[in-house]
Amino acid sequence: MLRATLKSLLSRKLRLVLSGLAVVLGVMFVAGAFVTTDTLGRTFDNLFAEGYSQVDVAVTAKPKVAVSEMEGEQILTPLPAALVDQVAKVGGVEKATGVISDDGARVIGSDGKVVTSYGPPRIGMNWVGTDDLMQMRQGRGPEKDNEIAVNEAVAKAAGIKVGDQVGVLTQLPKQTFTLVGVWGYTNDRDSIGGVQETAFTTAQAQRSMLGQSGMFTQVVVDVTKDQDPARVRDQIAAQLGSGYDVKTGKQLAADSAAEFKEALGFFNNILLGFAGVALFVGTFLILNTFSIIVAQRTRELALMRALGAGRRQVINSVLVEALVIGLIAAVLGLAAGIGVGWLLVTLFGSIGGGLDPAPVGVPLAAILSSLIVGVVVTVVAAVLPAVRASRISPIAAMQDVATPDRPLTRVTVTGGVIGAIGAALLGVGLYGSGSLWLILGGVLVTFIGVALLTPLIAKPVVGGLGRLFSWSVPGRLGRLNSGRNPRRTAITAAALMVGIALVTGVTVVIGSVKASVAATAEDTVKAEIVIGGDQNGPRPPVFDDAVLAEAAKIPGVRAAAGIWNEQVLIDGERAYVTATENLAELAEAFGSPALPALKPDQMAVSTKQATEHGWATGSVVKVQMPRGGEHSYTIVTTYDEERVPGSIMLPAAATKEFGITQPSFGFVRLADGATVAQVLPQVKALVADSPEVNATDRSSFIDQQVGTFDTVILMVQVLLGLAILIAVLGVINTLALSVLERTRELGLLRAVGLGRAQTMRMVTVEAVVISVFGALLGVVVGSGLGAAVVRALEGEGITDLVLPWGQMGLYLGLAAIVGVLAAVLPSIKAARLNVLAAIAHD
Amino acid sequence: MIGTRAAEPVAARADDVWKVYGSEEARVVALRGVSASFARGKFTAIMGPSGSGKSTLMHCLAGLDTVTRGSVHIGGTEVTGLSDKALTRLRRDRVGFIFQQFNLLPTLTAAENIRLPLDIAGRKPDPQWWDTVIGTVGLGDRLGHRPNQLSGGQQQRVACARALMSRPDVIFADEPTGNLDSKAGAEILSFLRSSVMEHGQTIVMVTHDPVAASYTDRVVFLADGAIVSELENPTPETVLEAMKAGEVLV
Repeated sequence: MLRATLKSLLSRKLRLVLSGLAVVLGVMFVAGAFVTTDTLGRTFDNLFAEGYSQVDVAVTAKPKVAVSEMEGEQILTPLPAALVDQVAKVGGVEKATGVISDDGARVIGSDGKVVTSYGPPRIGMNWVGTDDLMQMRQGRGPEKDNEIAVNEAVAKAAGIKVGDQVGVLTQLPKQTFTLVGVWGYTNDRDSIGGVQETAFTTAQAQRSMLGQSGMFTQVVVDVTKDQDPARVRDQIAAQLGSGYDVKTGKQLAADSAAEFKEALGFFNNILLGFAGVALFVGTFLILNTFSIIVAQRTRELALMRALGAGRRQVINSVLVEALVIGLIAAVLGLAAGIGVGWLLVTLFGSIGGGLDPAPVGVPLAAILSSLIVGVVVTVVAAVLPAVRASRISPIAAMQDVATPDRPLTRVTVTGGVIGAIGAALLGVGLYGSGSLWLILGGVLVTFIGVALLTPLIAKPVVGGLGRLFSWSVPGRLGRLNSGRNPRRTAITAAALMVGIALVTGVTVVIGSVKASVAATAEDTVKAEIVIGGDQNGPRPPVFDDAVLAEAAKIPGVRAAAGIWNEQVLIDGERAYVTATENLAELAEAFGSPALPALKPDQMAVSTKQATEHGWATGSVVKVQMPRGGEHSYTIVTTYDEERVPGSIMLPAAATKEFGITQPSFGFVRLADGATVAQVLPQVKALVADSPEVNATDRSSFIDQQVGTFDTVILMVQVLLGLAILIAVLGVINTLALSVLERTRELGLLRAVGLGRAQTMRMVTVEAVVISVFGALLGVVVGSGLGAAVVRALEGEGITDLVLPWGQMGLYLGLAAIVGVLAAVLPSIKAARLNVLAAIAHD
Repeated sequence: MIGTRAAEPVAARADDVWKVYGSEEARVVALRGVSASFARGKFTAIMGPSGSGKSTLMHCLAGLDTVTRGSVHIGGTEVTGLSDKALTRLRRDRVGFIFQQFNLLPTLTAAENIRLPLDIAGRKPDPQWWDTVIGTVGLGDRLGHRPNQLSGGQQQRVACARALMSRPDVIFADEPTGNLDSKAGAEILSFLRSSVMEHGQTIVMVTHDPVAASYTDRVVFLADGAIVSELENPTPETVLEAMKAGEVLV
């Protein structure tokens, strides 16, 4: 029996390739995710290990407000110069150097724009000479406060050379320095890991990066030759007490790498999620392929039954076939996944600018998950067809193969029940527990339910769609063919449905969120001119706060105010706060009801925050600043959440102890009679020295704020593209097998005069009808799911339900094109059939 | 074109047709220089044992298969060397087929199946001829049924009507009664016979059944890829005799 199965398997290579391809693609995604994250993880291990290789022991002050890599940028707490001397005196310490090194030195390039690093930090540091890794390429280190040196990565990206006057944005507004030196690293590298570095004199670095003199961010310790860094670390730690983190270079490297890996883990989960969708779609394809295979093998299987094979043997025969296909596909998928991993890592390395990717490795998790996923998905998908195969009666071998239409009642009832369960899960998930797993599970189960209901819908809908093509004979024949096997059409279309439904659903949700956000902004932002920039990293783009006072003086300006954002600790809990130099002015500029200006020890909170924390006017709240101490503020007023940009408002004085001491947004409201055209150029001129931001009119600002949502939609579309690609394979598969099955019919049609072009058109119409049917289902189901989620989010302020008609139309149009493309190979095959051989075929 | 067709006394003709399959050792010679003419308005049977080349000859005559050497004409048109496009047109407009397996499209009703070649050609059936054909096939109320709702005999009658509908130069029938019981087979054969008698249709039929052959005007016997004898106005008895004499027993 086994040998018969394997022989029959080998004799149908095409079938093997097509059904295997879906698994290969899904497994490729899974393996690719693991390989990418593993390789990137090791890349960062190496990177940090090298970056900290020159550090024996380092001392930093414990952060006041701890922030992880995923939540934003850690604000370093400065430590006093006296500490450096204290550390230097500890036994085993050869040298203790006070170092300033912090993110946020933005160099202005020769084109006047701020140089971006696409991810890696832009470090501002004090020049303490070169170490074993650094190599001076040109010039020297900075000796005067108006001099800087940069690493080659900055020099290249900014297009600057020694002797140039270079503008740099730091905690201070734009300042101009003379570039006196450029350095690189060993092995001809421009930087380590694409990090951009700008070195000042120590005094200037303290002013520019910390805004405080006599302070450092860390003390770097060289231990004497015979000393173990770990022992020296312990001694320093004992001396300094609990306010400081004392770590060896190795520890620092491991800690930094661990933080990065947390972010990578998140990335990995996203990729695996999309791989899951792809495999889910793949399951439909495999299920369909095996159903067709069983139908084709009816005679063969019946003959085996007639010759005495038991039901179990027939089931095993089909399952063994699935196992072999699954195994081969899993191995191929793993190989392809390694390739994808390599590609992604290389791509990441080139975008990161000088990131040296570690050699691609294959973690055990990739191998195991690939094999398990590949085999399990294939075998599970083959179970139903296998059971059906076992029910073939031996007598079928003697008769002409006839697969009567089985009634759809059972499948429809099952589909209805499963669909209802899915909807119930979704309902509970959305309105009750809010658990993501319930929602995802609900969506999944709903898909299965709808897929089971699809055969019932297939007949009328496919018939209706097909009428569009009925004007020609090939079109009519194609339409009739697509309605011929409702189950097969349904499963093929359902696979396409899943991908399209998810894309549509996400588009509906994000589009609705976007519209709601835009509507809220439209409603609340009354400022005609807004100063702000695009944030593409952990640091928001900021500008010189002097601009705000200047802007207020422009004739025709009624009010101008800026906001600073920061994370602080309130009662030990992390909270997002906003500061403004003048709340009264901000309220005026934003167009909210009048609010008082805050004195240095006063704050204002939204009514929602007040309710949540049990605050009232007059309450005293303790706020721990990221740099500096804990301060008490008295709440002087509460306000409506949506009327002011921020739910906890602090006075301007607080910003001195913020990590970023410059405002990120400015709002300018015009007096009656003044026009944007008059005032905007003057505001633009004011921010000319802050090239990270721009002054725009209100509508451009709102567009800019909601622009990110479009990027998210695009990303989801790209990632779900794979699931849709697999569904397209399904269409090809179904058509190819249909052509094979109907060989004799095709022969007859050709014999009675159907031309080759007409034959191709007939197959194409069938493909287009199936694809459009799938897309139609997807658009409908996706809109439903999306609308359900949006309804559930109504309480969160998502009040606008936006159905993206244009996008949906686009998906349907694309589906038609997909159908045409999917039909290319099968239709050529159909057209090339030898008429005589086809008629003789059985 | 129509004029030449009517004037041409021969509906289909094979001249020194050779058909060789495979090459070298695996060479099989299916036809060895067969020459035969099939007169317009006549019903001809091709008989011979299995492997005698009777089906190959028919396929070559119908333009379904290419010949290795020699030439084939349908009406006045030389079939040999025609492009696929021209062959498709030829099959569509000038040749009709009836198969042993009926070969109806299961998605179409009986009436739609009958009209299929005309639909493909984008022509409307001549209403009078439609009524005549439908009347003679005697399907009446079953025209709206699909093939799987029809008996074998009914299905083959639909296939016959389909072949007749475009009034081809010649209809090729490949064992049309092979899958039918004797009663249904007799009905089909009478029907074919009457379409020759009443409408002047030319039919070439491959069969191994002497009774079926007795419905024709002429029988051509094939053995080992060559014509060995012929018989005019056959009866079952004369056919059997000829088969015995020529050792072409099937």
